[in-house]
Amino acid sequence: MTAAIQVNAVEKSFGNVQIIRDLNLSVAKGERHAIIGPNGAGKSTTFNLISGHIKPTSGEIRLNGEVTSGLRPFEINRRGLSRSFQVTNVFARMTVWENVRCAVLWATGHRYAFWKNVDSLPEVKQRTAQILDDIHLSHRRDVPAGLLTYAEQRELEIGITIAGGASVIMLDEPTAGMSHAETERAVALIRRLTEGRTLVIVEHDMSVVFGLADRISVLVYGHIIASGTPEEIRGNPKVKEAYLGEEVD
Amino acid sequence: MTNAPTPSLAAAKQESSGALGFYGVWLLAAAALVVLPLVFSSGGSLTSFSLIGIAIIFALSYNILLGQTGLLSFGHAVQYGLGGFLAVHVMNAAASHNWPIPLPVIPLVGGIGGMAFALLVGWVMTKRAGTVFAMISLGIGELVASSSLILRSVFGGESGITTDRTSLMPLFGWTFGPQIQVYYLIAFWVLVSAIAMYALTRTPLGRICNAVRDNPERVEFIGYDPHVVRYLAYMFAGFFAGIAGGLTAINFEIANSAYLGAMQSGFVLFSTFIGGTAYFFGPILGAILVTYLQLGLTSVTSVWQLYFGVIFIGIVMFAPGGIAGILMKHRPLIRAGTLGTVIPSYLVAAIPTLAFALGIILTIETVARFSGGDPINLLGIPFVATAPTTWAAAAVLVVGGFLVARITWRRVADAWDRAATVARDRGYLA
Repeated sequence: MTAAIQVNAVEKSFGNVQIIRDLNLSVAKGERHAIIGPNGAGKSTTFNLISGHIKPTSGEIRLNGEVTSGLRPFEINRRGLSRSFQVTNVFARMTVWENVRCAVLWATGHRYAFWKNVDSLPEVKQRTAQILDDIHLSHRRDVPAGLLTYAEQRELEIGITIAGGASVIMLDEPTAGMSHAETERAVALIRRLTEGRTLVIVEHDMSVVFGLADRISVLVYGHIIASGTPEEIRGNPKVKEAYLGEEVD
Repeated sequence: MTNAPTPSLAAAKQESSGALGFYGVWLLAAAALVVLPLVFSSGGSLTSFSLIGIAIIFALSYNILLGQTGLLSFGHAVQYGLGGFLAVHVMNAAASHNWPIPLPVIPLVGGIGGMAFALLVGWVMTKRAGTVFAMISLGIGELVASSSLILRSVFGGESGITTDRTSLMPLFGWTFGPQIQVYYLIAFWVLVSAIAMYALTRTPLGRICNAVRDNPERVEFIGYDPHVVRYLAYMFAGFFAGIAGGLTAINFEIANSAYLGAMQSGFVLFSTFIGGTAYFFGPILGAILVTYLQLGLTSVTSVWQLYFGVIFIGIVMFAPGGIAGILMKHRPLIRAGTLGTVIPSYLVAAIPTLAFALGIILTIETVARFSGGDPINLLGIPFVATAPTTWAAAAVLVVGGFLVARITWRRVADAWDRAATVARDRGYLA
């Protein structure tokens, strides 16, 4: 079976500084895969490479078997990969409803249509309402996204990411800055919404990582030093060394 | 969740009331356009209404870029002017070849001209938004405006190209010689264009334009190419600007290089921004006000552009949402029923503010007419620009007016805060 995401020998340099060295990563379809690693290890850069936000210096990235390295983000998105951002990245002046609806439009085939009334597309309306219900923001539908609370904006961020129905979902620190209760809520949300899809998640909270992931990859200095099930990662001496033997336990 | 209406129900409810309001507003607008010249029937007001109508289309087309897509153009008059030139050429060709083209479709020709140029240069221009787009638009604007003086066969040089709107095929006995017929032609296009541009904001493309305005980076990750979105928006803006240009050509029976220039581009930026870019009707208000001021001020003062500058700076600094922004700020207060608590503070503030404004006007006119010119006439009171009493009066009005006004402005702010807090407590966003 072809992997959902296959990263082969990818390198990325900014000027003389090599951020990603010989990166190899394989995420199977339907798997929940967490990428962990110390600050500055290149986790967000890895996300940016896979989602097309930046282009690799060398190497190859495949999505469902098709080469996507070199494609623009919207081209990769149309092939079934959707990502969220570490820093909240919504459409601030538009309402919650419109934020989610925009994310639904391409996937429902309406593209750049200027001859259709956006309010009278039943499929779009139904799907948007469903997503809002899923992320528990139905009661805030008419509020401009910029006026939401931080936790609500994070939930909206997830909503926008899943709204297009992509088969591969990448979440970049979805629980960053959340309280304990909010984190629990968010994890339950992520678990439910990514059911049956492939999930790649970058996360610092180890309880989230070990509670959610089927497999974990450890990224240190732009290189994956270990990849495996949570148990394998826990027992891996190289990982213990990278984390000074503390956080993982 | 239990007592909140389900999303679909709420949406349906909003939609039905929205549809009613939607048709109501346009019917009202159509009625107003029909009745206006019957109420104000003088030749001067007909000319004014015609110009205002054209300005409305032009400003609305500009807001497709600025307000809807977040593109700041310094060269929007290019599409407007080229639309005007194409309209004039087609009118002249139709007249000389006896083509059966009635005048009312000529604005469409202008629109096609504006859109064709946008199609040609737009792809390169809209690659980037922000400063890059603004600079390129300025460059293209200057390029086309200066070419228009060089390419005499197409643009007619300094004098431009004239035409005769009555030489086209008459429609239902209308020759479009009298201004009233031209007014109704413009009014028709104002209504059609405004409805079309409003409808555009309600389409998938229109919504994605807003998304590109707010966050072009994120748009790339929901399947859209922001470059294509900006390009399409630029073409639509060019189309409607071309319609406005075509109407201008019909109205004045001439197209010249001034249509394409920076002045014209500045004028539309002005109108749109003063009216307010965040709401669809903002540019309409701006176009009405700015055109009216322009027509009114040019006859009473030689430094009318200075007043535009002052108004523009005032809006940018104190009301970046424009007139529409100021009006819409009151909506939650009206809904919550607390508007009444703010009105008295407005009335109190109006008196010293007016004194301050009169002081500014007196100062400007004194300076402008010091070395000659007509005596100043302010609210029926004559002032002599060289008299120290005039200077003293101006100083007293400016300084005194400002000092008193500042106190009343603070009271407006306090009253506003109280009313807004109440409105927020009652569940209306403010």
